[in-house]
Parts: sequence; C-alpha cells; structure tokens
Amino acid sequence: MDGRKSFGAKKGARSGQAGKDGQRRPMFRRRKVCKFCSDKIDDINYKDTRLLLPFVPERAKILPRRISGTCALHQRKLRVALMRARQLALIPYTSE
Amino acid sequence: MNRRYELVYVVSPDATDEHVAELHTQIEGVVQRMGGHIEKTENWGRRKLAYEIGRHKEGTYVLEVILGSGELMKELDRRLKVYDTVIRQLTVRVDEQQGVIERTKAKRTKTSQRRRVARGLPADRQPGEGQRNDPDDDRDDRFDMGEFGSGDRAR
Repeated sequence: MDGRKSFGAKKGARSGQAGKDGQRRPMFRRRKVCKFCSDKIDDINYKDTRLLLPFVPERAKILPRRISGTCALHQRKLRVALMRARQLALIPYTSE
Repeated sequence: MNRRYELVYVVSPDATDEHVAELHTQIEGVVQRMGGHIEKTENWGRRKLAYEIGRHKEGTYVLEVILGSGELMKELDRRLKVYDTVIRQLTVRVDEQQGVIERTKAKRTKTSQRRRVARGLPADRQPGEGQRNDPDDDRDDRFDMGEFGSGDRAR
C-alpha cells in the first residue's frame, strides 16, 4: 500500500508538471468512487444514453474500471447496458 | 406465465408515419392473439443513428412494453425480421430486473431510515438537508485507484 502510494505520488508530480488538471487536486490524488454507488442509481438502463455516454469516450470503447472508478457490480451492469444500446445504434461501436 | 418484455425497434427513415402506426397495430394484433397485453407504447420519434445501418443514418424508434409469454416474443421477433423497413430490433426481459431494482431501493431506504433514527434524526431526509453533509459515504476507500487515479488524460 505504502509503495503504491509513493509511486502514485511520483507519477502525480510528473503529470502535475505537464498537466492542467492539477487544479482540482494539486498534490494528492482524488479518491475515485463508483458513480452509480454514490448517486444511488440502481437502474443502469440501455435507453438512458445521457447516463451511458460518459463511459464511452472518443473511440467509443468502454471506459475501464481502473479509470472510471466504477465498482465491479456496476461495471458489469454498465457493460450489458452499453452493449444493448450499441445494438440499437444509440451508442457507437467505434468511431473512426 | 406472464413476463414483462421491452421491445424496441428501429424503423427506416423512409417509412411514413402511417407505416409506423400500421406496424404498431400489427404487433398489437399478434400480442392480443397470443394472450399478451401491451402495457405501454412510446414513440421516440426520428433519431440519428450512432452508426450507419445499411445506408440509413436515421431511424424512428418505437418502444413497446409487453406482458406475455416467451413464445409471443419469439413470434414477434420472427415477424419483425420479415419487414425490411424494420432495420433493428431488441427484445429484453425486464420483470426480474425491475424486481431487483425495487428490492435494492426498498432495502436502501430501510437501512437509511434505521440509521437516521439511531442517530436521533427523523426517519426521512428533511427538505433543507444537504447531500454531501453525510460523512458515511466518504469513508469508502475500497475503490482507491492509487497511481491510476488521474484519469485518461495521462495517455
């Protein structure tokens, strides 16, 4: 845990140098929380593109858990919903 | 055996409104003949497709919530495949999922009420109470991402 933290800090310093996203968390990393747990969204529905779209950035690939912070249970539900939405052409399979 | 299904189908943009309506009545006929019942119909209107299907870039989306048997949905699926104006369709069984959602909701309100009463608060959230004032949720560090936490911009 300790080793991981310090490694993270080093990386954070590097990205802080180059990045502009240091604004929200200048020194430490903000803890990622599952959006669906914290917002208490029980129903991850394939029809709700407004909810799903943030999880498919530019390339339209599904955002991995390690980046989005979604918990395993909700990532699974999200995946099913995204795949259904893709079938109905509500969400792209790929873009360019 | 009554199950609840959601059927969404995408009609080609060349089809007229009358054709869409006719399709709906046809589906209704099949549903009634096989002892089903249409609970709700929603026309989402013409939407842009996320990707081209055949040569189409747009489509009219129609959602039907149907109570009925699996055979009924199989028959509907088969029939919809025959029409070349229907460019996409999806059938999803929803009754079990809805049950799960209701149960988790009920469980959540019950635990929250119990905890609030234990802290000497009224059981339900008062109108003026802030969302983020509840420290219970902040203590959860199970999903601490360590070095990956900075998001996708690092790439």
